[in-house]
Order: sequence, then C-alpha cells, then structure tokens
Amino acid sequence: MAGMTITEKIFAAHCGREEVHAGEFVRASLDIVLASDITGPLAIEKFREVGAQRVFDRSRVCLIPDHYTPNKDIKSAEQCRVLREFAREQEVEHYWEVGRVGIMHALLPEQGVVVPGDLVIGADSHTCTYGALGAFSTGVGSTELGCAMATGDTWFMVPSTLRFVFHGELRPYVGGKDLILFTIGQIGVDGALYKAMEFCGETIRRLPMADRLTMCNMAIEAGAKCGIIEPDDVTRAYVAPRAEREPRYYTSDPDAQYERTYEWDVSELEPQVAFPHLPSNTKPISEARGVPIDQCVVGSCTNGRIEDLRAAAEVLRGRRVHPRVRAIIIPATQEVYRQALREGLVDIFLDAGCAVSTPTCGPCLGGHMGVLARGERAIATTNRNFVGRMGHPESEVYLSNPAVAAASAVAGEIASPEDLD
Amino acid sequence: MAGTAHKYGDNVDTDVIIPARYLVTSDPDELAAHCMEDIDPEFVRRVKPGDVLVAGKNFGCGSSREHAPIAIKACGISCVIAKTFARIFFRNAINIGLPILIAPEAVEGIEAGDQVSVDLASGTIVNETRGTRFSAAPFPEFMLEIIRAGGLVPYTRARLARGDVQRGGR
Repeated sequence: MAGMTITEKIFAAHCGREEVHAGEFVRASLDIVLASDITGPLAIEKFREVGAQRVFDRSRVCLIPDHYTPNKDIKSAEQCRVLREFAREQEVEHYWEVGRVGIMHALLPEQGVVVPGDLVIGADSHTCTYGALGAFSTGVGSTELGCAMATGDTWFMVPSTLRFVFHGELRPYVGGKDLILFTIGQIGVDGALYKAMEFCGETIRRLPMADRLTMCNMAIEAGAKCGIIEPDDVTRAYVAPRAEREPRYYTSDPDAQYERTYEWDVSELEPQVAFPHLPSNTKPISEARGVPIDQCVVGSCTNGRIEDLRAAAEVLRGRRVHPRVRAIIIPATQEVYRQALREGLVDIFLDAGCAVSTPTCGPCLGGHMGVLARGERAIATTNRNFVGRMGHPESEVYLSNPAVAAASAVAGEIASPEDLD
Repeated sequence: MAGTAHKYGDNVDTDVIIPARYLVTSDPDELAAHCMEDIDPEFVRRVKPGDVLVAGKNFGCGSSREHAPIAIKACGISCVIAKTFARIFFRNAINIGLPILIAPEAVEGIEAGDQVSVDLASGTIVNETRGTRFSAAPFPEFMLEIIRAGGLVPYTRARLARGDVQRGGR
C-alpha cells in the first residue's frame, strides 16, 4: 500500500475503498452540499429537471442567502424567494433567514456544520474554505449541484497535491491573508491548476483557525481544486465545542506522493497587498504605500471573523477614518457581530467613523453595501480584484489583511499600521 | 468513432472556442455556427459529424461557461483529444456529454487532415492515415455512462428513475 495524502484518504473513505491515488476517477458520497441565493435557483431548476422529488438528505443540503441579502433589489428578492420556498418544501435543516444568516464560509465552520474529514461541494468558488478543517471541499457549477442535491454523490478526478511548507515565526501584522497572497504571488493565478494545495510547516501549526480558513478560502485564486490543512490540536480545540457530527481526522502519510513541494521561510514576510487586477499581483507593504484610497472594506468569507474585526479595531482605536474615505465593516455572522458588540469593537468602529453592516457578501462582488464609482479605489479584505469586481470597470481593488485595510482607512492611502502614530 | 482530425496548439481558450459576443444564446446549433471562429473561420465549414479535435496543453482555459463544450459538441465533433485540459472545461465537457481524452502522445502523432478513429471505452486512438495507435487511460464505466447518456442531467434522470441512489438518514 503506497502512502496517501490527506486528500486521497478522504476520497478513499467516501468511495468505500482502501486506497485511491491522484488521477483516478471516483464516484464519492457527499457530506455537505451547499448553494447561495445567486447559485441556488439554477441548481433547483436542474433538480426539478432530473425529476427529483426529495433532496438526498435534508440535513446535508445547506441553502444560504448571503450574497445579495438583505434583498438587494426585486430580482434578488425573487431569487431569495425561490431559495426560501425550496428550503421550506424540502424541510432543509440548514437554511438561515436574514437576521440569522451569515456569510456561508464563515457560518458553516462556526456552527460546526462542516467537520474534519468531510467531503463537501458547493455552488460557490470559495467552498474551498473548509479545507482548513481537514476536509476536502471544492466549488462546482449549479447544474452539478442540482444533480448532487438529488443523488448525494458526484464524480471526481482525484487531484494530485502541491505541498507548501512554511517555516519561521510571523512578524506583527502578518497572518494567514498575507501567507496566501504571498503564495498566489509566487505561483500565479493558475499555479495550482486542478491541484490540492496542502499547507503545512511549523508556521501553519501555530496559525489560529481563523487564519487557516482565510488561507484555504483563497486556494481557488491560484486555480486549485482545494486548499487543505491537516488537522491538529488547534483543529480539535476549534471543532470540539461545535461539531454537529462526528469528525474524522486524517493526516498525510510520510511516504505520500506530492507533485511538487514549495518551501519558504516567512519570518521576514511583510504584510502583502494585491494590486489591480489579479490576486497574484502582490507587493509587500513597503512597496505598496502611498496609493490614495476612497473606500475600505473589512469583511467577507476571507476576513470577516471576530479575529479580523479585532485586528481592524486595534488599529482604529482612538483614531478617525480619513475624511475622504468610507470604511465599511461587515461582521461575517451574527455571532461575530454580537461578539464585536460585547468586546466594544463596534464602539471603536463607530467612534472612528466607520459604517457597520449586517452580515452580507455585498461589496465583495460589487453587489451592494459599498459599490465603487468610476476612478475610485478600495482596499479590501476580500478575495478578488479583477476588473469591475467591486463596481465600475474603471475602479480598482487592492487586497490586504484587516490591519492594513484599517490603517489605510485612517491614512487615506495604503499604509501599514506601523506608519500611524 | 472516426473522422478527420482538426489540430490546434496550446492554451485554446473558451473565448476562442465560442466568442463572448455569441453568448446571448444557449441554443447548441446557433453556438455551433460560430465555433473556433476567431482563430479558424473555416472550421465550421470544414467540420463534419464524427470529426476529431486535437489540441495541445490547457485546452479550454478561461471561463467556466458550458457554452464552449456545447458549441464543440454541436458541430459534430465526436471527441476532443488534448495533451491537457483546463480543469473547468474538462468537468463541463463530461457533464454535457462531450467525449474527451488526455493523450499527449496521440496529439504528437496526429496531423491536421489525418483520419482518426477513437474507441472511448478502451481509450484507444488509431491514426488510420499513418497506421499508428495510441492509448489514453480510459474512463471507468460509470463515467462512460454519463458521456453516453448525453451528460449529467440525462444520466441523473435515468439513475433516479431506476432508483439507483443512496438515501441519507432522513
């Protein structure tokens, strides 16, 4: 028996085999199948088209209205209605209404809906987020999702794995967002095409779960099939109080086959900023300073957790947002929002002159809650900065971690927290 | 399957396969009329049902639109043989029932105009013109069924009709 990667082991477990290896085609059973208000309606159409009556398991299908909610406009309201009515008809357990809902890739780990060892597909490209829990998780199209809601399985080509080993202790203001931006900058937006990106090394072992979720969230921006981090004590501690189901913990064998290994010492790594118009167009903060900005967004499935809000609040405490800048803070879930209130973070944000929003994906994809006009620039803790991503095709988006975004909001231009007095 | 080979290079992207200006329709025949138009305007006139498309690396890169494999299939192309496929195109092709094979040596050994026959079940590619034979790793039976059924939707419909699915706890 040849060694397997964690990804190969999860596939083996989900197709009833002792062993599978990269390149094989398998039919795997699914633990969780998810869709949003913008991808759900088409998936539901396909579900009907194949003649399905009931979803394969009403505790495993998750329908989350997070993208264009609270209803952005009439069309979005109608999409949400389709999702809501289907959830009701099918008695879907994991449906959250506005006022309870959060951004899905923050909500599902927080609520223990996805657990280590799971195999997850979602009609959303950032479904790769759950790899941080030691699950295999990937984005698919609506048609495929609709069929999977009926059958509870789908086909895969088992991906080969690229291993990324990180060494060294991170400097202040450097975290998971900077590690993943740095990685994408090194390998390019197609540098991990069809592969599993496995993040490991002592730097990763020391990373809190929030930063691990951030890293795996952006694996798709390198073209990857998934991001994944072997579970350890950090994972167990995170999962123990919340898991809805029994977790299964897999690790990669010492003799597992990797297609390629990248190894980096990141002890000198600076905060990273991705310049327009690719997530791979990264520069260290020392080369990014000085670009004037109009808007700052702290939020999204990438960086909308309590840890991210704390990092932003630490920079904004006792300071004011620059007169020219709109700073928008979006807690990713209601629990994050409540925790931010309890810790006095919302007071810090309001005192600084920020807008604080209910959970939504909103501005990340140029939907609502902070769209950009022609010629405007935003610095955002989101995950994509392609042309027109946050609004007008002639606007620009710079990606960063929350501390840099907050510092830039104060300075009125891209800045490091260390630049502020 | 047998037909004439139409050969292209590396990184043939989805905008080349079906230009975005034609994405106002999902009708396969309308899409077919513009397949490969921006790099080979003669393709749609030359191509005959049963022909084979042969390409280099990263075929189908770019967008996730299903229109790209739909256009190729609607032209009558019976199989796309490439050195490698872009991830989403690969998945979309299977899911709409367009036969594809990963076969770098076959791509090297086929020139435009050669007569090529393909047996999808065994993964065998024969260059009838040059008398050479190549092997691609064949798909497992359940995937051949998806392709034969015409894609994931008709395949899933048939599975549900014969009760061939696992049910979950509830």
